[in-house]
Amino acid sequence: MNPLIKLLLESGGLSTAQMAQVLNLTEAEVNRQLDQLKRDRLLLGWRPVLNLAQEDAGLVRAVIEVRITPERGGGFNRLAERISRFDEVESCYLMSGAYDLLVFASGPSLQKVAGFVSEKLATLEGVLSTATHFLLRSYKEQGFLLDARSEDNNRLKVAP
Amino acid sequence: MDTARFIARHVVNLPRSGIRDFFEVVSKMQDVISLGIGEPDFDTPWHIREAAIYALEKGKTHYTSNLGLVELRRAISRYVEKNFGVSYRPEDEILVTVGVSEALDIAFRALVNPGDKVMFHQPCYVSYHPSITLTHGVAVPVPTYAKDNFALTAGALAAAWQPGCKLLMLNLPCNPTGGTCDRAQIEAIARFCLEKDLLVLSDEIYSELTFEGEHVSIASLPSMKERTIFLHGFSKAFAMTGWRIGYACGPAALIEAMMKVHQYSMMCASIISQEAAIEALQRGEDAMKAMREQYRRRRDFIVRRFNEIGLKCHLPRGSFYAFPCVAGTGLKETDFAVGLLQAERVAMVPGSAFGANGAGFCRACFATGYDRLIEAANRIERHVQRLAAKS
Repeated sequence: MNPLIKLLLESGGLSTAQMAQVLNLTEAEVNRQLDQLKRDRLLLGWRPVLNLAQEDAGLVRAVIEVRITPERGGGFNRLAERISRFDEVESCYLMSGAYDLLVFASGPSLQKVAGFVSEKLATLEGVLSTATHFLLRSYKEQGFLLDARSEDNNRLKVAP
Repeated sequence: MDTARFIARHVVNLPRSGIRDFFEVVSKMQDVISLGIGEPDFDTPWHIREAAIYALEKGKTHYTSNLGLVELRRAISRYVEKNFGVSYRPEDEILVTVGVSEALDIAFRALVNPGDKVMFHQPCYVSYHPSITLTHGVAVPVPTYAKDNFALTAGALAAAWQPGCKLLMLNLPCNPTGGTCDRAQIEAIARFCLEKDLLVLSDEIYSELTFEGEHVSIASLPSMKERTIFLHGFSKAFAMTGWRIGYACGPAALIEAMMKVHQYSMMCASIISQEAAIEALQRGEDAMKAMREQYRRRRDFIVRRFNEIGLKCHLPRGSFYAFPCVAGTGLKETDFAVGLLQAERVAMVPGSAFGANGAGFCRACFATGYDRLIEAANRIERHVQRLAAKS
């Protein structure tokens, strides 16, 4: 794996200057490599990972199991890509098993998300059924524990 | 009343650990970036902690066999055979201890008669010398040198040897130098031990943290298993320092002798730690390798930085310690470390805490996050430049 990607995965939050120090590159070279990774579509972008429960203007999130009809020639792709383009859709995966697509959707209110499902998603030609589950509470987001306080675990400062 | 007069003479004469003194200074300061901690920065992997919680829930709260849980000894036997190429019987050749520290202590107590001489390489872990003294043995230090990347050489052993030497204590890879020996060097040490009829105590706690090349256990060499006590534990490889769990493997008669001391002093290691250790051996390998990879990259970074800064530093092949030479600053290592701490609030342990020939060096543990390592290196650089400007 590219050393820069390893470093990004291992310790996110380093500045490009810090990454340059660790990798023994110039900062310009780090920026060039980051640009290249983006152009290669390996690095898709950056997003903050938030604890949305702490945000007053909370977000309603839902997981939707979608059964769709595969098409000759394109399989599931055309419809999956079409569904993915809705702003409400955060992530969309093709799954094995009882349904075809797993869609993570969000919106400012329950009504908005429900409206998206009933008016947009379910009515698409080729969508056979949807089963919507609303998220009640999050315990871990993208590898971050939500209730872990920034704990000083009392490590000794010097030890043999 | 003078209560101190009740203290045994050999304890009175025992020097305080140099680390202890340094710790006193550091612990009173705020916002220190410490490279002085001899332990992993990772918490124990969750699956190991979870196994311990489960064991508690299942009522695993009792004494175990003095030797340790047989399931753990079987797991240790498989692990040591697979990774070190030495086969030990779980029934009578493996003893589970409270960390390698206890294993070391009971080995000395079981083996050393007053006046017996024990060889050990220096710079070394702080407790070797005092442990020998506490059992009324005579410590015979063997120097290792920066020019050899702190590998122990048979030549140095031969030069230090004297009549009456009975034991050789090894710690490869080594705390604090990160030095270790390749196969040819270990074979030369083994030949020396056979020639001089020495028993070997081999503390291989950092063996999993060998970054390049193979780790060769002296116990795996011909004719050496019968004269080696292999000491190992979980603290470093599995980030389990606080669990205090380790083990000794060796010839049944020697393990039996150590067990005698162990049963009267310790009874058994904590059952919770033993249960966690079983989980570590059975399913901990992936997490261990991931941690090793991170240590290796951090090592490459910090060693490169030390050399850029002008503190000459060899590339440690094992452990999570860099051992840069600070003599070029014109200061003694203790003065350098204290000055660095006061001026830039970065803690490194003066090398002389690990033996007289650690003078001129400092130990920097790189088991800490990149952001702190980067900042520490920058601060050290600033400090060294300031020293250079002054002189």
